[in-house]
Amino acid sequence: MKTSIKKSRPSHKSQLTEAIGFLFLRLSVSLVLIIILYFFYDLGRKGYQAINWPFLTQAPRHGMTEGGIFPAIVGTFLITMITALLAIPLGLGAAIYLNEYARPGRLTRLIRLSIRNLAGVPSIVYGLFGVILFVNFFKFGTSILSAGLTLGLLTLPWTITASEEALKAIPDSYREGALALGATRWQMIRTNVLPYAIPGILTGAILGLSRAAGETAPIMFTGAAFYLPYLPHSLRDQFMALPYHLYIMATQHQAIDKARPIAYGTALVLIALVVILNLTAIIIRGKLRRKWRH
Amino acid sequence: MASIKKKGPLQNLKENIIQHIFQLSGFLAVIILLSILALLLSTAVPAFKEINLKEFFTSTRWDPTSPEKPEYGVLSLLVSTLFVTAGALILAFPVGLAVAAYLSEVASPKIREILKPVIELLAAIPSVVIGFIGLNLVGPAIARIFKLSNGLNALNGSLLLAIMALPTIISLSEDALSAVPFSYVEASLSLGANRFETLIWVKIPAAISGIVASFMLGMGRAIGETMTVLMATGNARAFPHGFLQSVRTITADIAIELGEVPYYTTHYYALFALGLMLFIMTFLVNLVADIILEKQKRMLS
Amino acid sequence: METVPIIPAPEAKIIIEDLNLFYGKKQVLKKINLAIPENKVTAIIGPSGCGKSSLIRTLNRLNDLIPEARVEGKVILDGENIYDPDVDPVVLRKKVGLVFQKPNPFPKSIFDNIAYGLRFGNHKKSEEIQAIVERSLKQAALWDEVKDCLHQSALRLSGGQQQRLCLARALAVEPEIILFDEPCSAIDPIATAKVEELIHQLKKDYTVIIVTHNMQQAARVADFTAFLWLGELIEFDRTEKIFTNPKNKLTEDYITGRFG
Repeated sequence: MKTSIKKSRPSHKSQLTEAIGFLFLRLSVSLVLIIILYFFYDLGRKGYQAINWPFLTQAPRHGMTEGGIFPAIVGTFLITMITALLAIPLGLGAAIYLNEYARPGRLTRLIRLSIRNLAGVPSIVYGLFGVILFVNFFKFGTSILSAGLTLGLLTLPWTITASEEALKAIPDSYREGALALGATRWQMIRTNVLPYAIPGILTGAILGLSRAAGETAPIMFTGAAFYLPYLPHSLRDQFMALPYHLYIMATQHQAIDKARPIAYGTALVLIALVVILNLTAIIIRGKLRRKWRH
Repeated sequence: MASIKKKGPLQNLKENIIQHIFQLSGFLAVIILLSILALLLSTAVPAFKEINLKEFFTSTRWDPTSPEKPEYGVLSLLVSTLFVTAGALILAFPVGLAVAAYLSEVASPKIREILKPVIELLAAIPSVVIGFIGLNLVGPAIARIFKLSNGLNALNGSLLLAIMALPTIISLSEDALSAVPFSYVEASLSLGANRFETLIWVKIPAAISGIVASFMLGMGRAIGETMTVLMATGNARAFPHGFLQSVRTITADIAIELGEVPYYTTHYYALFALGLMLFIMTFLVNLVADIILEKQKRMLS
Repeated sequence: METVPIIPAPEAKIIIEDLNLFYGKKQVLKKINLAIPENKVTAIIGPSGCGKSSLIRTLNRLNDLIPEARVEGKVILDGENIYDPDVDPVVLRKKVGLVFQKPNPFPKSIFDNIAYGLRFGNHKKSEEIQAIVERSLKQAALWDEVKDCLHQSALRLSGGQQQRLCLARALAVEPEIILFDEPCSAIDPIATAKVEELIHQLKKDYTVIIVTHNMQQAARVADFTAFLWLGELIEFDRTEKIFTNPKNKLTEDYITGRFG
């Protein structure tokens, strides 16, 4: 007996299981999307009511029940700068070594294993490490410097990985072409690899920094302050930071009803900062990529 | 005719110095990892001059600030951590795998291009913001549904950690599914299986090591997460008996107590012992994931 | 197998002696002995995978880049073994230019592509650089086509133009030897004819070595031809001899298209 290959009966059951299976997948995706959208909607709606110009430009007042979050914005900016100064050059250096110099072998495997494991170390462990190393051993105290360096170490594995991806994307023909014309290895890297890898390196660095800017646990004990009536004067001062301020306003404040709108505002500013940094990274990547196409 | 010989011993000095600088910055990762381990160890060890090692691991009572008799039993904290993590993975794994399967099997390239950044965006939300949402959104909802006075409990923590583990599970599982050779799929389809059956019986088994690795990395992230659980689980120092009970994880305990502890006391050292435990746990979990991924890479190449 | 050297040593620019090349455990070149005549075009032919490209990459030590590559034997260039430990590969590569299989212009302007190799070594004045760029482009028969758009991206050129640009770029650093690694495999027949014409002109001033899988091309451009098979040099002789009266059965089979 011949079986029809028409869609109707024989494969009916099979079609049904496929439809049900894919429906389950679609439902899962919808669930995740609804959660993400609702998070953003809730933060956006409630945070928006708190945000205005004075909120962004003034210091907290009246036991942090009024006023703005300006010192926290400044603090987050400052520690992120320190983070960038540590994590970008070292990350790029390590990536150049791994992608341009390192030969396969035990040492290279060990380095790669370390990088992957550093990326998995919990952020609070970085906080503990920062307390021992920067706060106590180097005697930087609880300060912008200690917190920035701690975040720098935490960011390092990300910047290494991102820089290496960017270097890997450069075709080998650029390298061979340069060497065949009598460039030394470093001349080749400097003139015919790095210039084209910069967009990718920059993108990765910005993404790494945006994650660092939102971290709380590593800065709690290395320099972030509950409240400071002044802006920091030096790298050895304590500072206020957006994520820690949000934590304080959300959990440690007695006047919950007055603190909550401020907390929502802070959360929205923090999210906006992260989203803007992410978008910047994407735009830079797109722009510089297009530059040499025509 | 110009000679091709080197001009002198110093000629390549600059090149060599540059290479060594890069080598050093590469080696820095090893140095940092080892110094984290060394400093945690050396700061944790003094704790055990006063704390009985057996008590530390078997007692459920953690009360370092008790004026009469400070107690350092880590078991409640440890079990709470594992409890909340397990809850998170039970919630996140099926959903994450389903989303990964959707991305690799069902979604058109266009939808994929929209969905992937959205999921990346989820990974970019700072943990303190997720904790804040747990406090103000998820918590009240749990309280209403289960008729509790508040929703700060293990379930809340697990829900939030599940959301945080999702991006890791989704992206690695999708990589693994996409790496399955197309010839497997063709073979299965030509035997009359539909696309969903092919997914379940051919693709997922073929990608299983990558999927397990994604699960492990998600676990590592959940174990080490601090702010979310600190803000959402209520932090009661009790041995966990159910998901609707308030619990305190290892990370949350460090976060709560390190701010108030006097430096160089037994309590201070004990907190570093907790940190060391956390480091070792996540290290092992990541190492296992790493080994699985390496094996997979070798098999595919 | 033994190959009788047909080039007397004084006329040879490069003498390859007992050259072995390994990639890891795999031996890619087996005991190659070959003398490359000065100011002539030498073609290296053979089926793909026979080690042709690997052979010319040993001549400018580009194989150094491959971590598992290992070389035994000697390559004597103007009396100096290029694998001596005191040889600077960077200086060697200026002397031995290479045009790659696939045109690989850098994503820079046409001018900057040609001037690229001039940045390394003695500092030159900008008029000097301009003169060299012009001269190199003329030598590569590209000047007339690009003289009005020197500052446009080199990636906008056609494939054949790109390959001539890569030749001009190699010529700018004033090499004595030019290696071509299947230079026409990625470009069309008309562009191929132009490149072959150029190769013909170049031998006045340069020693040219060209790897090709195209036997007609070898017959057209080369004075001498070497036939490589599975990493071994089977036969080396004047081109007309190889194509009309090969000594070796394998060469004959290959030439007549029985395999490859």
